[in-house]
Amino acid sequence: MKKKRISTISLAGCFGCHMSLLDIDERILELVKLVEFDRSPVNDLKRFKARCDIGFIEGGCCNEENVHTLRKFRRNCDVLVAVGQCAVMGGLPVMRNAIMHSKDPLRECLETAYLNSPYVYNPTNDIPNDPALPLILDKVYTCAEVVKMDYQIPGCPPSGDILWQAINALLNGKPSDLPSEVIKFD
Amino acid sequence: MVNNAIVFKIDGVEVRGKPGQTIMHAADEAGIYIPRLCDVEGLEPQGSCRVCTVKINGRTAAACTQPVAPGIEVENDTLEIRNCRRDIVRMLFHEGNHLCPCCEASGRCELQALGYRLGILQPDKYPYLQPVRPVDASHPDIMLDTNRCIRCGRCIRASRHMDHKNVFGYIGRGINKQVGVNGKNLAQTNVHIDDHAVAPGICPVGCIIQKRRGFYDPVGQRRFDLHPIGTEIEKTPKGIKK
Repeated sequence: MKKKRISTISLAGCFGCHMSLLDIDERILELVKLVEFDRSPVNDLKRFKARCDIGFIEGGCCNEENVHTLRKFRRNCDVLVAVGQCAVMGGLPVMRNAIMHSKDPLRECLETAYLNSPYVYNPTNDIPNDPALPLILDKVYTCAEVVKMDYQIPGCPPSGDILWQAINALLNGKPSDLPSEVIKFD
Repeated sequence: MVNNAIVFKIDGVEVRGKPGQTIMHAADEAGIYIPRLCDVEGLEPQGSCRVCTVKINGRTAAACTQPVAPGIEVENDTLEIRNCRRDIVRMLFHEGNHLCPCCEASGRCELQALGYRLGILQPDKYPYLQPVRPVDASHPDIMLDTNRCIRCGRCIRASRHMDHKNVFGYIGRGINKQVGVNGKNLAQTNVHIDDHAVAPGICPVGCIIQKRRGFYDPVGQRRFDLHPIGTEIEKTPKGIKK
């Protein structure tokens, strides 16, 4: 049987979902018999080598680079899966959208990070604005707000067992059918 | 008592209710779980969240307020009703800022537990509204984070009928409706940490938080970690409905 190609990427996330993927432990040996990793932090491949069957996205979109990466994944993957709360609903980064109770949440976020926090040392009093830095978006967007997502696996992060079950279901061409005991939003 | 019993059917199963009893209470006694959010034992039913929507002889009604009647046929666990409930719970998730990973109520939140039970794996059907709502941390013992409020009114009814204080009430209308307090902020009301309205079981989500308790149950031992919501009522627990 031809191996399925899968790729993974972390956008505005903490890499916890990738750590969770490693939590499938020795089953990863079984996994590499079934799949071949394309672009992924797992093998440190930066560009796609071929079209992929499944793409796993961790994290939402908080800057323009995230949007470009996500769109590239959508073009290169047959099935796109949002993994974890950040990809599904923005997760903790999304707190800057509204929870800060400011009329200009992004500005307040940057000013708190670079100017006003008690332990910040910033003699130039500048907020980083180098053209080489990806442009920060006005707010954090979920993956589904940017491209069409096929499946979503909630959790912060989803456990290795959930990912293992979901990957197996997807490899067998079935929609992810997870029992209630393993579904967690936190 | 048996002679006064009102016999009706829920999903084809014969159930006996008492005069004046609601469909939900009769179902609870019969071991049939009807999902609910705004209704809780000990408070007057309000029928506002509509999660307990059932079909009675083909017409939809809230099971928590609809009284039993002889011979009625109630549809509770059908695909149509489950989809309806799923949409309601989804909309509640999308109308507020429900960030489970950083919420103290996670694991004992009834909204989250219903999300699990109803199998909400793809909550992107509606846009996230991400409203800007106030957080009131003025009180020394209690915090009110209205971002998580689902406007079930349980705190309002508990404060009015059990504490006789009227601390909480609705303010605003439509999408802007939210829970407010009868003062400038919580600190200026006569709310007390021992009030029923702020007890952990009253607020179904993490809107009313008792300070200095934090994440008091470890993961794995939280209220809904071991059993899905409703299994304490069901005689034959079914878990998640697909």
